[in-house]
Amino acid sequence: MAKKKKNIDEVKVKKNNRKITASRGGNICIFIFLCLTGIFMVFPIYYAVIQSFKPIEELFVFPPKLYVLNPTTKNYSDMLEVASSLWVPLSRYIFNSFMVSVVVTVCNVFVCCCAAFVLAKCKFPGNAFLNKVIVTALLFTSSATWIIQFLVMATLGIIDTYWALILPSIATPLGLFLMRQSMSTIHDSMIEAAKVDGAGLFRICWQVVVPNQKPAIMTLIIFAFQDAWNKQSGTIVYAEELKTLPTIMQQIAATGIARQGVTFATSVILMLPPLIVFLVAQSNVMETMANSGIKD
Amino acid sequence: MAKNETAAVADTPLNKQSKFKYTMHMIGVNKACYIMMFPFMLLFTIFTVIPVIITLPLAFTNFNMAQFPEWTGLSNFYRLFLSDDVFMQSIQVTLIFAVFTGPFSYILSFILAWLINEMHPVLKTFFTFVFYAPSMTTSAYVIWQLLLSGDSKGYINAFLINLGVLNSPNQWLTDTRFILGVCIVVQLWISMGAGFLSLRAGFQNIDKSMYEAGAIEGIKNRWQELFLITIPSMGPQLLFAAVLQISASFTAGAVSQNLVGVPHTDNVAHTIMNHATDYGWIRYEMGYASAICLVLFIAMLLVNKLITWALSKYVD
Repeated sequence: MAKKKKNIDEVKVKKNNRKITASRGGNICIFIFLCLTGIFMVFPIYYAVIQSFKPIEELFVFPPKLYVLNPTTKNYSDMLEVASSLWVPLSRYIFNSFMVSVVVTVCNVFVCCCAAFVLAKCKFPGNAFLNKVIVTALLFTSSATWIIQFLVMATLGIIDTYWALILPSIATPLGLFLMRQSMSTIHDSMIEAAKVDGAGLFRICWQVVVPNQKPAIMTLIIFAFQDAWNKQSGTIVYAEELKTLPTIMQQIAATGIARQGVTFATSVILMLPPLIVFLVAQSNVMETMANSGIKD
Repeated sequence: MAKNETAAVADTPLNKQSKFKYTMHMIGVNKACYIMMFPFMLLFTIFTVIPVIITLPLAFTNFNMAQFPEWTGLSNFYRLFLSDDVFMQSIQVTLIFAVFTGPFSYILSFILAWLINEMHPVLKTFFTFVFYAPSMTTSAYVIWQLLLSGDSKGYINAFLINLGVLNSPNQWLTDTRFILGVCIVVQLWISMGAGFLSLRAGFQNIDKSMYEAGAIEGIKNRWQELFLITIPSMGPQLLFAAVLQISASFTAGAVSQNLVGVPHTDNVAHTIMNHATDYGWIRYEMGYASAICLVLFIAMLLVNKLITWALSKYVD
């Protein structure tokens, strides 16, 4: 399995060597174009990282510089200081963010694996219908339904609890869809063999199918994690000790220009986890997304 | 009955009554399947299906979240289309948004995915990361707020003043001339999401023998290869990316909400979603907000149908 992962890119190299249609001039043009657009994409992130390491006298130099002369970590220690002067210590927000993200991610993977296995590999009344529903549901992401979601959560009485942050993000159509696409490539004979050996559906799913789905699971982890991590919690959770990092970052940013370095430092802290998770699992993601097409 | 049980695997039932029995029987046989799906379907129903379906009845009511909804017929829609100027404006803004962050961003992510695919594997990984990174950092709008800040310390102002393009700093986030443009740029910046990854992977997935066959048949350059081989064999990925893009572009609103606030100067970047938020969360007029959402959902479904139809010849 590990070998196969590398192969996807290697195949392309071999093909590139033989490729008649690619011209060298074209390659260079493409490279330059990608670099220019790429600079636009990373510039804000780069700028935030740079600013977060600038000492106060460099932060307000006109015109702003794109490099640091005397890098300092003072902004980060200031951040901790600002944080400790808050009503609730910063560690609590970090804990909330990690707790919510991890719980959402674990539940999301578990729930999606179970449902995706059944939808992809079992024949039962309603299967075709549910598959159609999932494809349509890809349209209705939480950004479309969150206003009315609030109503549902209020009715359930979970507003202002951790549940409000966790429950709505668990059953994502996107996660189920990707998992189903990936699982449908598994050969039926493997499942048949397990059935003959007397394994129940749950055991087949978790001991036979899921161990072969590492790329898809990594992809789900990335999507679920970044979704939960970036979620603004201020509107569904009012108690200060339940809020997560993005909300707090807005509050710190709202303190204005005097805390600019701290703002940048917080935003770097906020950006890092999803970026690291993605970087680690990149090749897995590409493998999963290869199966992502909607076929019917 | 006994016959049905044995025939469950082999035969399809003949008349209607036995078909019903057969279905019930199959449900019984596959009980485990339903149990496996239960956790997902429960949460999915509560947090996705119900919110979507409930908008339909609620849109015809006056509901303030405290009292029981009161049936008002079509009055929400009369108000929406005949007397709500801000809504009319928000439709216009949403359409402008949707054009830029929908088709434009879709084509852009396709082109970028294609160009990245032409690169060396190491560069491929690098560029994929670079283009996907912003969509992972959506909570970091603050960077843009500071980049675009209205005084000369804002990086973009300082840069332009230094170049001599500007004489005095622009109020990017409060001047009505710039707000919409700024929001669109930021939305574009974060729009290379899962759809982009899907397209990227779709390119890698194409059978290379197709290209060899194409080369033998006389395909000369990248363009011919793209239009004659690549696009026709990427239908499923194109459709998947399109669905995600529709959803993202129609519900765009978080950007302007976070960047310039609701309400902002003259509501020039006030999307339908912002309008619904305004009524639903700030004024607690849930009935009216549902009507707005319903209009939005119907528009999304129609565009989805249209695109599925347009791409159907590539999807088998």
